[in-house]
Amino acid sequence: MSAIPHREPQEKQAVTWDVFSEGLWRDNPVLVMMLGLCPALAVSNSAINALAMGLATTFVLITSGAIISLLRRFIPKQVRIATYIVIIATFVTLVDYAIQAISLDLYNALGAFIQLIVVNCIILGRAEAYASRNPFGRTVINATGMGLGFTIALLVLGGIREILGAGSLFGFDLFGPDFEPWVVMILPPGGFIVLSLMLVAFNLVNRRLGGGAKQAKGHGHAA
Amino acid sequence: MSTHEIKHVPEKTSPWPLLITLGGIAMISGLLVVVAYQITRPMIEANQRAAISRAVARVIPGAVSHRAFVISREGLRPAKKGERGNIIYAGYDKNGHLAGIAARASAQGYADIIYMLYGYDPKCRCIRGLKVLKMTETPGLGDRIKTDPDFLKNFQALDAKLDAEGKDLEHQIITVKHGKKRHPWEIDAISGATISSRAVGRALNASARRILPLLLPRIGELEKAAPQDSKETRP
Repeated sequence: MSAIPHREPQEKQAVTWDVFSEGLWRDNPVLVMMLGLCPALAVSNSAINALAMGLATTFVLITSGAIISLLRRFIPKQVRIATYIVIIATFVTLVDYAIQAISLDLYNALGAFIQLIVVNCIILGRAEAYASRNPFGRTVINATGMGLGFTIALLVLGGIREILGAGSLFGFDLFGPDFEPWVVMILPPGGFIVLSLMLVAFNLVNRRLGGGAKQAKGHGHAA
Repeated sequence: MSTHEIKHVPEKTSPWPLLITLGGIAMISGLLVVVAYQITRPMIEANQRAAISRAVARVIPGAVSHRAFVISREGLRPAKKGERGNIIYAGYDKNGHLAGIAARASAQGYADIIYMLYGYDPKCRCIRGLKVLKMTETPGLGDRIKTDPDFLKNFQALDAKLDAEGKDLEHQIITVKHGKKRHPWEIDAISGATISSRAVGRALNASARRILPLLLPRIGELEKAAPQDSKETRP
């Protein structure tokens, strides 16, 4: 019996902190995997837009991941991508209606990018790479981490752009009437500039953290 | 033995599991979407009504309630729920008198079509308010048509009188360069946002030319159609 290989060896692994946290930092969708940059750049011109987009994406990531994980043994591999897309599109449509019901202003501000969550590479990527191979619990926890990582990255990006480009945060005026907004920051080039600076900062921090660890390891080897 | 053989059958990939999987998932998805649509529809409609009420109150000074009508060559009739076309909103003050008329206008701006609502005051025969409903103009430049106080001053009393025959505007509404406004039917453009400012002028002109000649002969009907309950705001 032991000669029969287990179909999904990963399933034996326990739910660890790492399952949740890899999306937050080590494999952050925006800052490390560089997935979903199109909506990340397009709707991060204000903090509230970034937050709404992040939460909508998180919801779709978790729900579609959960369903795909539950059905993973029943979905024939020949039609798996088509099936995933139908499942993802369903949840995106639900989010679309929900946002319209919550606030039309927000819906108009996010424009076509809510519907475009269907083709956001993070979601299909996580469905194929994670949800289709992992049990329900792990998938939900991992998707939550990934979604929060995406939301936090977007929120920082949107917050910086709104503060510099409009002198406000979540619509609250920060600097008073004498502040001259740095308009380019809420225009598309500002998105690229702030994202690149965030990537530099992220990699500097990572190098300091990871570099220190490596150095210690190296010393150990030498000794 | 027979169960052992059956175990190997799926390897030959019969089309049925594929069809059943895709068809089943699509059916469940369809159901979910319809349920979500049914649940959220009243809320979305309420949001849209609230947005229109707010906009009408903004462009018609003193309006506390409104009713929607469809205007055409055949005349004026109350708009049905969800109807599209030449819709105008008659705004009534707290005594139930006609305070003004709001109508939609739209024109191609710099980035995309700008949608707006404007208020027409039959007493001064002028446009007394403007609210941009939807636009994607450049932040910091074109989007000042929504916020720039000097630009919005253009719409405190923008002349929109009809000519002697009542078939067209006496003076076309036109956007002029910043600081060049000489006549009450001219709109003073925002410097640095000329294209967006011109779009506003074009939209107002086109809408006023189309709607006012049809509407003004029937304005008495609107006065009589005042809602019994002044709280009534259903479109």
